[in-house]
Amino acid sequence: MERPIRVLVAKPGLDGHDRGAKVIARALRDAGMEVIYTGLRQTPEQIVAAAVQEDVEVVAVSILSGAHATLLPRIKSLLKEEGADDMLFVAGGVIPDEDIVFLKENGVAAVFTPGTPTTEAVSFIKENVKK
Amino acid sequence: MADNVKVWQDRRKIAQMITTVENALPGHEEILQDIYKKTGQAYIIGITGPPGAGKSSLTDALSRVYIDMGKRVGVIAIDPTSPFSGGSILGDRIRMNELSTHPQMFIRSMGTRGQLGGLSAATHSAVMVLDACGADILFIETVGVGQSEVEIVKLADTVLMVMVPGLGDDIQTMKAGIMEIGDVFAINKSDLPGADRTKIELEAMLSFLPPKEWRPPVRMVSATEKEGLKELVEAIDEHRTFQEKNKRLEERRKRNVQEALLAILRDKMVARVTSDDRYKRLLEEMVKKEIDPYEAARQLMQK
Amino acid sequence: MNKEQRQAFQEVMEKYDERVERNLTRFPERRSVFYTASKAEVNRLYTPLDVEELDVIEDIGVPGSYPFTRGVQPNMYRGRLWTMRMYAGFATAEESNKRYKFLLDQGQSGLSVAFDLPTQIGYDSDHVLAEGEVGKVGVAIDSLKDMETLFDGIPLDKVSTSMTINAPASILLAMYIAVGEKQGVPKAKLRGTIQNDILKEYIARGTYIFPTDPSMRLITDIFAYCSKEVPSWNTISISGYHIREAGSTAAQEVGFTLADGIAYVEAALEAGLEIDSFAPRLSFFFNAHNDLLEEVAKFRAARRLWARIMKERFGAKDPKSMMMKFHTQTGGSTLTAQQTENNIVRVAIQTLAAVLGGTQSLHTNSKDEALALPTEESVQTALRTQQIVAYESGVTNTVDPLAGSYYIEAKTKEIEDEAMDYIQRIDDMGGAPRAIDAGFIQREIMDAAYRYQVDIEKGDNIVVGVNKYHVDEPSPKGLLRVDLSVGESQKAKLKALREERDNEAVDAALEKLRVVCQGDENVMPAIIEAVKTYATLGEIADVMRDVFGEYQQSVII
Repeated sequence: MERPIRVLVAKPGLDGHDRGAKVIARALRDAGMEVIYTGLRQTPEQIVAAAVQEDVEVVAVSILSGAHATLLPRIKSLLKEEGADDMLFVAGGVIPDEDIVFLKENGVAAVFTPGTPTTEAVSFIKENVKK
Repeated sequence: MADNVKVWQDRRKIAQMITTVENALPGHEEILQDIYKKTGQAYIIGITGPPGAGKSSLTDALSRVYIDMGKRVGVIAIDPTSPFSGGSILGDRIRMNELSTHPQMFIRSMGTRGQLGGLSAATHSAVMVLDACGADILFIETVGVGQSEVEIVKLADTVLMVMVPGLGDDIQTMKAGIMEIGDVFAINKSDLPGADRTKIELEAMLSFLPPKEWRPPVRMVSATEKEGLKELVEAIDEHRTFQEKNKRLEERRKRNVQEALLAILRDKMVARVTSDDRYKRLLEEMVKKEIDPYEAARQLMQK
Repeated sequence: MNKEQRQAFQEVMEKYDERVERNLTRFPERRSVFYTASKAEVNRLYTPLDVEELDVIEDIGVPGSYPFTRGVQPNMYRGRLWTMRMYAGFATAEESNKRYKFLLDQGQSGLSVAFDLPTQIGYDSDHVLAEGEVGKVGVAIDSLKDMETLFDGIPLDKVSTSMTINAPASILLAMYIAVGEKQGVPKAKLRGTIQNDILKEYIARGTYIFPTDPSMRLITDIFAYCSKEVPSWNTISISGYHIREAGSTAAQEVGFTLADGIAYVEAALEAGLEIDSFAPRLSFFFNAHNDLLEEVAKFRAARRLWARIMKERFGAKDPKSMMMKFHTQTGGSTLTAQQTENNIVRVAIQTLAAVLGGTQSLHTNSKDEALALPTEESVQTALRTQQIVAYESGVTNTVDPLAGSYYIEAKTKEIEDEAMDYIQRIDDMGGAPRAIDAGFIQREIMDAAYRYQVDIEKGDNIVVGVNKYHVDEPSPKGLLRVDLSVGESQKAKLKALREERDNEAVDAALEKLRVVCQGDENVMPAIIEAVKTYATLGEIADVMRDVFGEYQQSVII
């Protein structure tokens, strides 16, 4: 049996709208991946600690509060500090295009905005994950 | 390699070693060979019980007690894999997020991945890595619903069964086999109504089990209210002392080592046999009823 | 219908069915089964046969009378239009204050305050978890100082203020009371609403702090305090809005919200309050989605069901206790990031749904909210949408104009029944708090949400501009940006505050609060005393966290 892709799904920041995170968690599971779900109110430190201990291939975060510009680059730099920046780092949420450019410059591989089909996220992960 | 494995603080390294051994990736045998002699230091506690019993919360709460005692704690949390997609959602960390970043703590989630025998081998390998890397206490947490979970829990030195008030008749109908593996029982959420009754029922149930030298104690605990934790840890310690005194621990570990060896043997033999050219041919012959499975097995076992 | 009429009609229907079926072989319908947005099956045609069991007095009645199916006032919008209330709050108290004055000038009739997330979770702006969040989704309030700035120049006896605050509602209400006092406005003259609905936070919105039981106590303390001291205050807004946003169906929105409502009523009764002393001040908050007719039926079903529960289950005598008054917001999750202009049309349909459903107040979302917080211009368009429906569409000229429609009445009944079924299942589990602890409600919602997403991806649900009629478009310009320096300025203000206030008085007030929390005295007076010493929101919430503990989130995915 082929080893499933392991993905950490986390919600950084304080917003409690986890519909998107849960829907994507289910979609990734249904696509045969192993999803480690850490829930709400995660600090960048907690997210990176979990990603490292779980040795995931993908870190997927969902954020709707508008704090993405602060929190996502912080997660990326902590991943680097841990020598784990080979992990694929993706984000979803209410994120304006201008910020997407900024986030991509800061190590976020892809940003999925509202209305993106889950299949798009699934295939992006499958194509870009480093195994 | 050998020098690195001692380093509990190298999270990335430990995590990658677990991935390698868990999935039997190239290099896993070398790792296990390398660390094997350093294993046996950690005390392994299996935590199981019905869904909704609060096992993760209790694992979190107990971990805190051990961390405060200066121990390094490893947790392996196992959740079932979907038989349809082969994927899974592993959510036990939600209850342990605060400890995620604690230097004395290491948490790893695993999916059952439908690999019956393989799961206990994979879990055992992960346990060995954390053990060799410096864990003092290791928790293996899994839902106690199926046979494979029972097998995994048998890797433990002490099995903690977690119950909740209000299970009522469920206790009566729980498979005796599952009840029998418990060394210590905890009634979690003891603040809920009916906790006392559950305790009485449980003790009555246990008194019907065949008499043994160790009589499993039942402790009331509330993981969320942080009550009864010390008493529960004491009960686990008592079981440990009991086993150490009577050489039970040695026997138990011998049994576990034997299980591990058998698991490896099974895996290796199955792998060797199924990659054999004769394997497919014999299968075909079996379908056509030209040969029976015993004869096929006998032929395959011949070099 | 009498017997002969019924028979004659059935014959007519048979012929109709035959004719349709014949045609279908040549011209099949667009799909084999038609569904509402909530995936409830919809018949081709609704007829008198679908509403036979309904009683025109018992079930439908007239507006302003039990069971209030047709509305809570006898003449509805012919008398007064609904309150056009736009949820707003930005960054700092100063900026928000400016926005409120702008909205009041624009003809808005009530204020609605959005708080930032640290405030909603009881953290000061300098807390580690507040990093990057200060002033992002609303105004940052750390102490009474910020609250004084927020309402500077706005006489509190002249406006009604709705505050979207839940877990720390007691603290923000205490600050509002204190600001009123400073303006010379007595408590009895304060008008407004606090959301104060903690159960839906556990279910759907996520800004909880304390565990279920102490949270319920805080809520009943507020009920008790306000019924004596702040009689015109709406002490809770029992919210289905977020349940729907989390992906529930229309019937689940009604069922789960009313189950929450029942839990609050029971908690208040258990605390010794008399039903008619607090029930008239309960208010509700619903979502308005795209499926116009289903939504209208939903609002009517919710009103009827609540009236029946209050009368039959709780024995309320005052008709005001049976009236379900509600605020509505158009569905945020229906907005798309693609072709944002389309959202204006969606919001217009949703506005119609809310108005035809008889809402008491309405917030309309702005077209750009799937991308960022709205700009002033897009907020204006959203408000204008309400005004066009109010003044130009004509739907406000008569009361409950869709009543009597076979579809609407049948659908109203269907949603009422399905919601009641959920309420019974939740009762069997021991009520909403236990059903939440067991994850039942969360799982039901999540299943519906996932089903909906799968249907979109299969193309069974069409979202215009997303999975059909998609175009490549340049990224939108001119979105509102929140200044990142807000966090720093709030931190500086906090530091100055902690230096200049009387810290001994703060400590004494917090100690008093701790003792009250440990006992069973009403917490409100002690909180009001604490905010007046300029103890911060975070300091007050920390005392309560210490005594009450913190809620553990559910693991339902």
